Amino acid sequence: MLAVVVVLLGLWELYRWIWTSTGWTWPFVVNDTSMPHIWTIAKAFGQPAQVNQAALITVLLHKTAFTAKEAAAGFGLGAVIGFLIGVVLVHSRLLQRGFLPYIVGSQTVPILAIAPMVVVWVNPKLPGPLQGWGAVAVIATYLTFFPVAINTLRGLRSADTQALELMRTYAASRWWVLWKLRVPASLPYVFSALRLAATASVVGAIIGELPTGLQDGLGGAIINFNQYYSIEPQELWATNVIAAALGIAFFLIVVLAERAIVRRAPENVA
Amino acid sequence: MSVSPVVHIERVTKTFPQGNVTALQDIDLELTSGELVSLIGPSGCGKSTLLRVIGDLIQPTRGSITVNGKSASQARKDGDYGIVFQDPVLFDWRTVAKNIALPLEMLGWDRNRRRARVAEMLQLVELGGFAEHHPWQLSGGMQQRVAIARALSFEPSLLLMDEPFGALDEMTRERLNLELLSIWEKTGSTVVFVTHSISEAVFLSTRVVVMSPRPGRIAGVVDIDLPYPRTVETREAPRFFELVTEVRELLRSRGEHLLPEEEEALQ
Repeated sequence: MLAVVVVLLGLWELYRWIWTSTGWTWPFVVNDTSMPHIWTIAKAFGQPAQVNQAALITVLLHKTAFTAKEAAAGFGLGAVIGFLIGVVLVHSRLLQRGFLPYIVGSQTVPILAIAPMVVVWVNPKLPGPLQGWGAVAVIATYLTFFPVAINTLRGLRSADTQALELMRTYAASRWWVLWKLRVPASLPYVFSALRLAATASVVGAIIGELPTGLQDGLGGAIINFNQYYSIEPQELWATNVIAAALGIAFFLIVVLAERAIVRRAPENVA
Repeated sequence: MSVSPVVHIERVTKTFPQGNVTALQDIDLELTSGELVSLIGPSGCGKSTLLRVIGDLIQPTRGSITVNGKSASQARKDGDYGIVFQDPVLFDWRTVAKNIALPLEMLGWDRNRRRARVAEMLQLVELGGFAEHHPWQLSGGMQQRVAIARALSFEPSLLLMDEPFGALDEMTRERLNLELLSIWEKTGSTVVFVTHSISEAVFLSTRVVVMSPRPGRIAGVVDIDLPYPRTVETREAPRFFELVTEVRELLRSRGEHLLPEEEEALQ
């Protein structure tokens, strides 16, 4: 793991060195603006981005906590909604045929186009403490629920037909079949969706911050540093590193939860 | 205990609309308490269908079935039978103990009562040390023993077995045949055992019901008068071979239209 990171950093610097020393300009001109040195980016963390401010890393960590809150709320909400949609749809062919195309269709609408509307619609309804970030969480939810809904449906349907027959011999109610058979059988599917949803929720939170004009999160920082890129590119790069780390952290939390919860035969682990 | 009918089947016919297949035609059969009856026949003779009709997993087109004097559907709802399929159908997210406890959970047994019964069942199928194992950590034969323990855990009066040892190797199968007999003798339950192995049917059963295909009918019933307890030596007794021959000839006489591979499957 760590070795891969070191190699990638080495490749970055090697690429830089070859392109600057040969003067190659394809596909883009390599200089301190397009590809700042690794150590320039690293050093940027320790310095204040603006005068009279704390070090960049401190500022970014505060913003990361804010974005993480939005993403976590969006992830949780999206996971619950997606799971419930899967549970409802598996019990009704009619609803499945009626709603599934719209659920798929919902994801073809660009999130950037929906985000401003969500802010306009949702924000005024939110109680004080949820104002602003609550709307962003809803945008993250929009990206999160979809993979969870689709995979939950697939997972619930993956229950073995003989196992369903066995449950029938016990005269098991729908609830028992759901709880004792379908849900446990679906977990590998659900978790592979949650892994996707974990990173999607971070992307959703960052994108959601753009139209809301919120300055408290990583999205605001990205917009801000983007405007100063030609002068201080390392600050945007540093923000990207932190955003990526946040996505990876979300992903790892889901992987750990999966390891703790899912006990399946090796051939049934997705 | 001796003569009350556990299963009563009268003129049962089952036609599947797809392809207009008559899987069962005018089946009459009565099982008394404590019997171990095998259903044997080539593939497509409807033996599994008959088992599923008894278990109310398939509804007959015509005819009537009673189990313990009730309709098959009421008997299923009352938990009058346990079932074992060819595949063990264990839930791999549950431990062996929890798999055995599955039907008990649905019957609303409390934790202590479940634990006590599971321990008993593990003893019965000789899997004492494997309570906390997961199914994929067990051999095929052990998995099938767990399935048997699960089917018997709530003490049903009837045990339905659909080629339970069909996927196992010969050695394991013969060992499990002996174990099944000892379980049957201990529990006194009535067993319906579907198989395509003549020697297995003769070795286990009090009666062998021979079925013929297209449409599925009963070709004949052979009473197995070998004494219990049956042992490894039973398979070497002359009477055993006579009975095997008798069953085989019944299968042949009604099976002139068998395909060669079906004929082979019956050897």
